Parts: sequence; structure tokens; C-alpha cells
Amino acid sequence: MQRSRVFLDAGGSAPLSSRVLDALQAGFADGWADPARLVTESRKARGLIDGSREAIAEVLGVAAGQVHFVPSIHFAFERVIAGVAQMRRAQPRIVVSAIERDALIHAANHTRPHGVESVGVDAAGHLDIEAFTAAIAADGVALAAIQHANQEIGTVQRLDPVASACADAGVPLLVDASSSIGHREAPKHWDALVAHPADWGGPAGVAILALSPQARWLPTWPEGDDWAPGGVSVPLALASAVALQEREQDRLANAGHLGALVERIRATVRRLEGVEVLGDAYERLPHVVTFSCLYVDGESLLSELDREGFAVGSGSACASGSLEPSRVLASIGALTHGNVRVVLHPAVTSEDIDRFLAVLPVVLDRVRSRLGAPRIQ
Amino acid sequence: MTDGVSDIDTRDDIPPVEVDARGKACPVPIIMLAKAARDLAPGTRLTVLATDVAARYDVPAWARMTGNHFVGESETDGGAIALTVRLRMA
Repeated sequence: MQRSRVFLDAGGSAPLSSRVLDALQAGFADGWADPARLVTESRKARGLIDGSREAIAEVLGVAAGQVHFVPSIHFAFERVIAGVAQMRRAQPRIVVSAIERDALIHAANHTRPHGVESVGVDAAGHLDIEAFTAAIAADGVALAAIQHANQEIGTVQRLDPVASACADAGVPLLVDASSSIGHREAPKHWDALVAHPADWGGPAGVAILALSPQARWLPTWPEGDDWAPGGVSVPLALASAVALQEREQDRLANAGHLGALVERIRATVRRLEGVEVLGDAYERLPHVVTFSCLYVDGESLLSELDREGFAVGSGSACASGSLEPSRVLASIGALTHGNVRVVLHPAVTSEDIDRFLAVLPVVLDRVRSRLGAPRIQ
Repeated sequence: MTDGVSDIDTRDDIPPVEVDARGKACPVPIIMLAKAARDLAPGTRLTVLATDVAARYDVPAWARMTGNHFVGESETDGGAIALTVRLRMA
């Protein structure tokens, strides 16, 4: 009998619930008109965007006017970093954590080719607050960017001391919350915040940028303060808001259900030989668990699990199609090969995880013996 | 100085056992290291020569996960990385 697939790779691309699919359809049915025009149909489309913006703003704890729909998290990083750096062009440096997203680091390097300073993290992935505070207290910092939670290992940063250090130094803070919104309470103190609907079960192709009333930037692009040049897709905006509302409504229940599954995975995997569970055991996203396995390549592990019906992710170089191993894994001193990242979504069941945990050791043994790996002493 | 420490010091006079994993991609250098380590006496030093950048992170991680000691890294003339570990005493 063909068993159903189990999707455990939901980071940044979670399956859409039926309510979200309905919202997409409603968005196309009722919001097809160009929201920028003055006619009745357009006003209806604009109303859907405004309502969506309000719903998302409520979850973020800000005013609707602070929330912008943008085409992607990459776009949000690029524009915010470029705009703030332009406003503070006398300040040549940008301070980031060593485990920020590649897209953010690339945007920072592009804006300040020789001015990006990376602050290290400990073995659990927590920012070195002392080093960070010293880095931003020095002269010439245009901007600091620190993530809320890490997309690869799930560790949640201690943002309160980060935000107060930034406030003391008068340095604007960009918080990448693209892995945490919908799973944890939104962080409170930031100048710019980036969130990702596809990560909370919304549609791909849209991202959220929130700006605090104090945020100052100068556009280096022709569209001025328009953060969505070319317009906002009504169905994507609407479905993003519906997905977030659905997740927020069930957030505690999801965290309980998925948190228990993650605990079970952590406890079981930790007992396997030559396997190390990564990230903070407590201060972490409830639905993410990552581990590295000695003597296997991430690509083989991932494709063997895929053949068995389980979709997982990997930060190993060979699995991600990059020559360099994951910067996150390298920064926390973890084994970069044999990496498996499991990101759950609310529809994952206890039985799914039972089956996954039964298959994993078998697949691990199979790949190890194929590679001629030694027995683990 | 205890006997254990003087043991290690004596072994430092012996050049480390070399594992040539140049041109091999992850996780092969680590598998070669582990296989070589299996047959060697406790306290022996082993140097892995690797060109795969992942080895720089994976050799120290291997040492930590298996209870051995990572000694350090250096660049070789040929552009490879030389990563040295010392096998645990017991």
C-alpha cells in the first residue's frame, strides 16, 4: 500500500490550509481590480488589502500604516538596509550576527562592501551580547540586524538586551522575524521588522515589512516611500492575513502539539550513535529541530528519506547545492555534514513522527554502510 | 608532572600519522579520519590533509562528538588545510 507523504520541511514554505486556499480564491474573485484606481471595483480590492494589513499589524502589535506588503524577504532586506544606510551615510558600518540569513548578509555586503561586521554566537546559537554591545557602541554604525529566531537551528535570540543596546547607541535595529512570526509572540522593540507569510502557512511570493514610526530612511530607488512598486497582489495579501490569523488563533495549541513532537524527536535522535541535536534546548522555535549525523552526507540522507516518504531539509553543503557548508552550522561549531532539519506544520501528526523515527535509524545505517563508515566506538 | 601528561609529551616527538583526504568531499575526509583512528594507540596524533572547506569545521566537531581532542589547523604549501587531532587516552 502506498503510504502518504509526510512533509517535515515547512520552514519558509508550509502547506496551505483549506481556509488559506479559500482566501486566495476569494482574493481573486473579489479583489481582481487594480487597487490603485478610483472606481468601485478598485475600492473593494483596496479594502481587502487594508483589512489584511490591519490583521497583520494587530499580530505585530503596531498600527496598520506601519505594515507594508513587499515582494519578498530579500526585497525587504535590500530596501531597508539600503534606505537606512543612505540616511546614515556618514556611518560606514553595519553590524550583524554571524547566523543571519544569507539574503540579509548579501544585502548588507552590497550596501557596505567593506563595512559589515559579524558578531559571533555561542554553541547554542545565542549572540555574544557583550561583543555586540561593544560593536554598536563604537562610532560609525549605520544599522544593526539581528534575527528573532534562526531558521536552521530554531534558537530564539535574546532581543531585549540587543534592542536596549541599540537604543543606547542610537543605532537603528532591523529584526528578521521571518522564521518566528506565527510561531512565537512578535518581538516588541525594533525599527524595522521583516516577516514571511509562506513560513506561517500563507502563500509564496509576498513578504511583510514593518517600520516603526521612528524609522528613518532615504530611498536610493525611484519609487520613494512606495514599498511595493508595481502594486500589491490582493489575493496574496488576503491569504497571508487569513493564514496568520489562523496560526495566531491556534498558536498556543500548535506550540503544545508540535513542541511535544519536537521533544520526542530530540529525545529519540539524541540516543542514536554519532548524532548531535543542535540549537538551544529551551529558547527555541516550538516546531523546529535540527541534528547532524557523523559519516553521512546530507544529500544521501535527504534523498533516502524522501524515497521513504519523508521530506526534510539540510544545511549540509552537498545537500544545499552550495560549495560552502552552512554558515549557521559552522558558526556554532556543529558538524556540517549529515545535517537534517525538521520543520513541522500544524497538520503533522504523532503517527507521522512515529513513522519518521522508525525509518530514520534504518536510513542512517544504510547510508553509513554504503559509504563504508566505521562503527562508532 | 603526571605520567599521563609525560606520555603525551613523549608522543609529541613522533610526527603525527597523516591522513591524505585531499580532493575528497564531505563526509569522506571524516570517514577516513575515523577509520585511521580506529587502529591507532590512544594519545596518537593524527593530521588530516583536506581541500574540502567543510573539513575545517567537521574535524573539530568529530573530535568533540567522539571524545577526542582537536589540536589545531594550519595551511600547507599546496593550499590544503592540515587539521590535527589527538586520540583520547582511554
